Amino acid sequence: MDEGLRSELSKQGIFTSTLEDLYNWGRQNSVWPLQFGLACCAIEMIATSMARFDLARFGAEVFRPSPRQADLMIVAGTVTKKMAPQVVRLYNQMPEPKYVIAMGACAISGGPFKQGYNVLKGIDRFIPVDVHIPGCPPRPEALLHAFMTLQQRIDGQRLTGKSRPRHLNAEAPSEFPVPQFGAKDLEPPFNPEVWQPPRLVRSE
Amino acid sequence: MKTTVVEPPVPSGAPVGLPAGDGRFSLLPKTSFDGRVETELLEVAMGPHHPSTHGVFRMDVVLDGETIVKLKPVFGYLHRNHEKIAENVSYLASIPYTDRLDYLCSMTNNWAYALSVEKLAGLEPPERAEYIRVIMAELTRLANHVCLIGFLAQDMGALGTPLMYGFREREKILDLFEALSGSRMMCNYMRFGGCRLDLPPGWVREARVVVDNFPKFLEEFDNLLSGNEILMARTQGVGVLTAELAVNAGITGPMLRASGVNYDIRKVDRYGIYDRFEFRVPLGDHGDVYDRYMIRLLEMWESLKILRQALDDIPEGPVMDPNAKIRNFKPKPGECYERIEGPKGELGFYLVSDGGANPYRYRVRPPSLVNLTVLEDMCLGHNVADAVAILGSVDIVLGEVDR
Repeated sequence: MDEGLRSELSKQGIFTSTLEDLYNWGRQNSVWPLQFGLACCAIEMIATSMARFDLARFGAEVFRPSPRQADLMIVAGTVTKKMAPQVVRLYNQMPEPKYVIAMGACAISGGPFKQGYNVLKGIDRFIPVDVHIPGCPPRPEALLHAFMTLQQRIDGQRLTGKSRPRHLNAEAPSEFPVPQFGAKDLEPPFNPEVWQPPRLVRSE
Repeated sequence: MKTTVVEPPVPSGAPVGLPAGDGRFSLLPKTSFDGRVETELLEVAMGPHHPSTHGVFRMDVVLDGETIVKLKPVFGYLHRNHEKIAENVSYLASIPYTDRLDYLCSMTNNWAYALSVEKLAGLEPPERAEYIRVIMAELTRLANHVCLIGFLAQDMGALGTPLMYGFREREKILDLFEALSGSRMMCNYMRFGGCRLDLPPGWVREARVVVDNFPKFLEEFDNLLSGNEILMARTQGVGVLTAELAVNAGITGPMLRASGVNYDIRKVDRYGIYDRFEFRVPLGDHGDVYDRYMIRLLEMWESLKILRQALDDIPEGPVMDPNAKIRNFKPKPGECYERIEGPKGELGFYLVSDGGANPYRYRVRPPSLVNLTVLEDMCLGHNVADAVAILGSVDIVLGEVDR
């Protein structure tokens, strides 16, 4: 739309926008997180939603206890091999469009407990993660920044074409296989659709 | 712990539901009580994702209607191999891991660990360091108890307000920790033989402002909650823990004192310099959830008393024992156990040294785990909604329960 026309219309009290912008504006300001804490980072997540940091400014203060009502999963803390199936199952139960923030060193890579025999080396082995936050634990400001990053990401999505959100893409998978604890480790140890182990490529 | 539950008789030939214990819902066999009403016991898994289980904790409850007839705590969802990792890293490198044990009270965890290593290596922290440690421990106790009461009220349906008040005050204490150690939650502050850093200039003044303003908040909290009819109805007479059972089960901390047993390790062991401060130990009469709530509120008043005395008396001087070796630290062979009165109860570290750079055996005595063992005894016969309040009053942190 012509900028001059738009400003002329706005002087007359007519607001113009595209459907896409309006849709994304509504979506990005009503991201409801799942009330789901795993470890230390959950305390910082709660602190973020409290008076000083006030997550409500971003329209995300409504922590839902049920995955059926949530849009965003904040994986806040260490994911152990006993807990990983439940995390993936909760993710599967969330309706589309759904987003994941991996909060803290443990959730993104295993963090300080990476050498532990019972610790999953990053939740992105099983579910697609939109925003990673480093830190042990990340400060509430870091979580706010992750929220803003996610909002920008939602804002950048188009209704059609390649960058359309997953709920508008019939081919995008909405559920991922839930791992089971096998004889020694989780089976499968990772979901090859979302994560592949890094390959060493030697230069010639 | 022996429970008084009588298993319902299984009539022969009755249809048997799914096998229990794999975390799924399962219908137990139908039983009829005195032949009148055919009732059915229902096994419900509360958790590991449940808004009121304080983390990843599961209670397998067997319900007769709304009444709990059996409860099995299932934990291990946050088993992070703390003890095994600590046996493979140096003594110093375990301190950041102790922060993450009970992640609401990192300072007291540091202190308990530093105290055991000091005993093992024969180190003596200087006086100023002892004062700093007491100040940190009592500030941690304040931060823990306000959060706990907020969570407890939230579990009983007061969504938001008390927790928000609690976190508002906690942030002020975390600001002090951050000014001192550089981190809000994971302070990693204490070392064997003293403290990592001296107090920054003006810190004592800032701390005094926080301590002086705290009573106003406590009175506000008290007015808001203690006389609240809903809170009293939900908590009084609920989850009674008798003094006898508490002592036999090894319960410590505010839970034990709420049952009327006068046992505070700050008074019993007088570790550090607790013999210099004047404070009283509040005790409960009934051992119910309300008493446990009230004990914590009263303990905060006593902590403020200790804080005022410590902030007034803190001397100048070094904060590290000059004999303490941070690098290449190898205590002589031996074993030791040292404990402190953490905000949740007796927190102890048992260390065995074989003269090497890592501990040969490293064991944590977590108060939350031991206090959790009587959960079933407290919950039996109550409604399932009361189990939430009872669990909230135990004050568990899963990082410490599962380690």
